[in-house]
Amino acid sequence: MNAITVDPDLQDNLEHPEPATTAPSGSGPRPRRFTWGKAVGWTVMIVMIVITLVPFYWMLRTALSSNSALPGGAADPLPVGFSWGGFERALGLATPQESLAAGGSGAAMNFGRYLVNSIAVATMVTVGQVLFSALAAYAFARMRWPGRDVIFAAFLGGLMVPTIFTLLPNFLLVRDLGLLDTLPGIALPTMLMTPFAIFFMRQFFMGISTEIEEAAMLDGASRIRTFFSIIVPMVSSAVATLGILTYITSWNDYLWPLLVSQTDGSRVLTLALGIFRAQSPQSAPDWPGLMAATLLAALPVLVLYAFFAKRIVNSIGFSGIK
Amino acid sequence: MEWRNLPTALLFIAPASIGYAVFLLWPTLRGIYLSFTDTTAFNAGELVGLENYQRMFADGVFLDSFRVTLYYVLLNIGLQTVLALVVAVLMHRLTQSLVIRGLLLTPYLVSNVVAAMLFLMLLDYQLGFVNAVIDTLGLDRLMFFGSQDLVIPTIAFVNVWRHLGYTALLIFAGLQTIPDNLYEAGRMDGASELTMFRRLTLPLLRPYLGLVLIVTVIGSFQVFDTVSVATQGGPANASNVIQYYIYEVAFSRSYDFGYASAMSVALLVVLAAVSILQFRLTRANTNDMA
Repeated sequence: MNAITVDPDLQDNLEHPEPATTAPSGSGPRPRRFTWGKAVGWTVMIVMIVITLVPFYWMLRTALSSNSALPGGAADPLPVGFSWGGFERALGLATPQESLAAGGSGAAMNFGRYLVNSIAVATMVTVGQVLFSALAAYAFARMRWPGRDVIFAAFLGGLMVPTIFTLLPNFLLVRDLGLLDTLPGIALPTMLMTPFAIFFMRQFFMGISTEIEEAAMLDGASRIRTFFSIIVPMVSSAVATLGILTYITSWNDYLWPLLVSQTDGSRVLTLALGIFRAQSPQSAPDWPGLMAATLLAALPVLVLYAFFAKRIVNSIGFSGIK
Repeated sequence: MEWRNLPTALLFIAPASIGYAVFLLWPTLRGIYLSFTDTTAFNAGELVGLENYQRMFADGVFLDSFRVTLYYVLLNIGLQTVLALVVAVLMHRLTQSLVIRGLLLTPYLVSNVVAAMLFLMLLDYQLGFVNAVIDTLGLDRLMFFGSQDLVIPTIAFVNVWRHLGYTALLIFAGLQTIPDNLYEAGRMDGASELTMFRRLTLPLLRPYLGLVLIVTVIGSFQVFDTVSVATQGGPANASNVIQYYIYEVAFSRSYDFGYASAMSVALLVVLAAVSILQFRLTRANTNDMA
């Protein structure tokens, strides 16, 4: 059997995510040749891409359909009975009567409020986590002080504890702090650090040459000033990558906000979507409304991804773990 | 040892240390302590020895949820690892296109809740695309989320869909550490691409696969979001995975934090054991290239 036969020199668009782990092979590109192996490889790849993307298209197509027309065209690739009604119901623009008449639940989704809540939580978590993790990572990577390695090992040990294990005790703690049903209550546990963020930043600080740093120190600049004015700009790309990853992780979090949040005041989009689904008539769900809400909830991260896809794709890997 | 650096260093690590101590270390210790108490959501509770653990081993629902979770993990990880390996090798040997890698990663960027919603729609009994196709082919429509036999495979598939690109990129990163000249040498010797995969790629990739498996298995055992949104553990507890059962015990069935903590400890022990076992089996710390 000859499943995948590829000419390894035929790597157009050669992109190495990590800085030169292996140098691109020296020989020049050869003319493209058809092989059955390559055809099978491309077929598999295209099927994978289609399966990956079709659900997103189907979400858009359904969001723009109307409930009355959907049963007549369940496999129809275009919106059936085109209508903005799904979005109107998801955004609470339709009156309860209109919503019920169009197959909705009559309950509005306070989208604007949940959007603001999600932005607030993700921003607090991202700014805090990246800043404080970078500070700690710098001390672990660039400074010599007694106890450093022991404390770093303890922090890394935190990677072994599944996040789920700390949820119940953290719920009790946040409750005792009086922060249940507040946005800071949702943000707090991941606002100060995560072991991953410290580990991630430490890898980049380790790669900086000592000379620039020492020159700044000789000039009499304090450690803090050196850190913010010289070191951070040098690793700004890593800071941005960590920031984007943290923002998306926080945006998509569901279980922790589910425990902490109880009312609209602190409800984030992931939770609101779950509730909107639970409210939709179970026997005949309002799919256009639900898909419109799903699309609106996913849209901010998808837009973010459209801008930073290259950075995000290249950040994934075990570059640090040897 | 440079003691004079200590005050500055402590200043740098102060906020992160507070975060670590208060929201990671302390809750871990407290979670273990709670598992030996009869704490509920409403009162502090007292030490009750091993009572929660005894109850756990006699609790049919718990044992069943453990079985359900194991079944889920096997399906989820099995399918995901095989597909991700195929995709990663294609990313490595067929095309290095960043656009393709970007497209395949897209589902990982949306939340589990969004993924669950998309497949609730696609797999809907009456209006879903998949059942419309099944119907057109003249077959019987399937209740994917509503059938006791299909619900776990369905949830496993949804999560494979969301994590495939991510897992493939992790493996792809490992593939990139294999020097190109090894493949060139293999080609000179007339080895087919399949032979090179078996004799070259797999052995050299083993430590990476080991790490990838540890990370993905730990994540898989903690499945919750999809179940919470799509099935609430049903039908008839058929998708009542451990994490969902723990959540229900703590927050809706009995508010029994002590018992829920004991089950969390059990999950923690299982995850630790699985990690150590996998690390040993795949010898994830060694590589044949050394």
